Amino acid sequence: MTLPAGVERRSFGSQTALATRGEPVSDEATDGEWRQWDPHRSKLAAMFEAGMETGLVGGESVLYLGAAAGTTVSHVADFAGPTYAVEFAARPMRDLLDVAESRSNLFPLLKDARKPGTYAHVVEPVDVLVQDVATRGQARVARANRQFLCAEGRLLLAIKARSEDVTRAPDDVFADVLADLREEYEVLETERLEPFHDDHLGVVATPR
Amino acid sequence: MDEDEGWFAGVSPGDPAAGAERIRAGDASAPAEWPELAVEAGFADTTDEYYEHLHGATLAAARAAVAEREGSDDRQLVHAVRAMDDCQRQANELAERVAEWAGSRDADAGTGLAYARDLAAREPANPVERELVGLAADAVSLDERADRLRAFVERTAPEVAPNLSELAGPVLAARLISLAGGLESLAKKPSGTVQVLGAEDALFAHLQGDAPSPKHGVIQAHEYVRNTRPSQRGSAARALAGKLSIAARVDHYSDDRRPALAAELDERIERIRARDAE
Repeated sequence: MTLPAGVERRSFGSQTALATRGEPVSDEATDGEWRQWDPHRSKLAAMFEAGMETGLVGGESVLYLGAAAGTTVSHVADFAGPTYAVEFAARPMRDLLDVAESRSNLFPLLKDARKPGTYAHVVEPVDVLVQDVATRGQARVARANRQFLCAEGRLLLAIKARSEDVTRAPDDVFADVLADLREEYEVLETERLEPFHDDHLGVVATPR
Repeated sequence: MDEDEGWFAGVSPGDPAAGAERIRAGDASAPAEWPELAVEAGFADTTDEYYEHLHGATLAAARAAVAEREGSDDRQLVHAVRAMDDCQRQANELAERVAEWAGSRDADAGTGLAYARDLAAREPANPVERELVGLAADAVSLDERADRLRAFVERTAPEVAPNLSELAGPVLAARLISLAGGLESLAKKPSGTVQVLGAEDALFAHLQGDAPSPKHGVIQAHEYVRNTRPSQRGSAARALAGKLSIAARVDHYSDDRRPALAAELDERIERIRARDAE
């Protein structure tokens, strides 16, 4: 597995960990300009830790769905190019705004990822679509946003089983979501994100 | 059908507020190479410059949307200041009624809320006095409610609109927000409108053609208008309204504090007041 330019393994105290260069956003460990990217707090970091081939090289344009308070998207903006961050909830957006202010390539959008028409007049076609939305219908969201992805682009998706159906076995939920996803994407790789995130499946896919 | 347009269509690059508005309200059926299209359209010279504008506009849009959704704190403030005015007005009306009633029974009866407070503390000696004392007590309690609401407004307005409250004082800031129907609509009003908010009757009489234009609305309560010579009051009101609308825009579209606004206003008023000395 290769890490994108701008993401490195650095040592923080006694351990080595993923890190990016940028303004710290909370109490993460730092080493000079580098700050630790905690896979326990970030599904994308967990996908790197799981050894998945994300196809990220650094500098690409990104549409990030489900940016929340901006923990992960701040790291993405540290190594990527133009980064559009969609979040639907107002409270976490307040924190995301702080994160975006010091990052000139990070564009926060208080929008509903299920309604891409409400931000298509702002977002350009991108190389990478990152999706981490805790809502039922995660495959539907990924399909609705496929229009933003370049032909050779990558979808990096974290499926949260409990958001679809808390009562069903996670594997059954993943199978259903993947089947739905395959209508419009070719799934390249999947990997469970334990021990960092319980009942989550990391997915790398490309538009069909 | 119209072809899709980017958020920057029809927006001046130097106007993040207008861009923010389009980002919030606009839509498109599909994405497009907006950075290149924006450069072609002359919105920016380079894509780097485009991204700079985009950054400012998306921040302003998200900030405004968050403020609107989270807060509607300004809506609470509007209700509070209106309730405060209602209570005050009714307390005064009741006190007047109390004074009139009491005067028919006691030639030494006083007037106003001070007398009502006095009367409310008395022990009624008969059924008529019981009603009178009770009414006085109601006037007093409405007056106390108005005081509590005023304290609430004074506490809340600086949270909702720090710069506006700094310049106008919290109560006047709340009145302006109330008259405009919210902080966002106040931020969108031209300063000439802010200047005459609360003077709508006079304004419409003027527009009908037979009255002078009003020089000020509720902002006349501000020390800078009230304590300026009548001959310069219009200028003072215009200068004040200008700074107040800037403050309202800063409060709505960003979280910044702009202490410079107050200093600029002080200086401007000082110059206006000095004019008559010539």
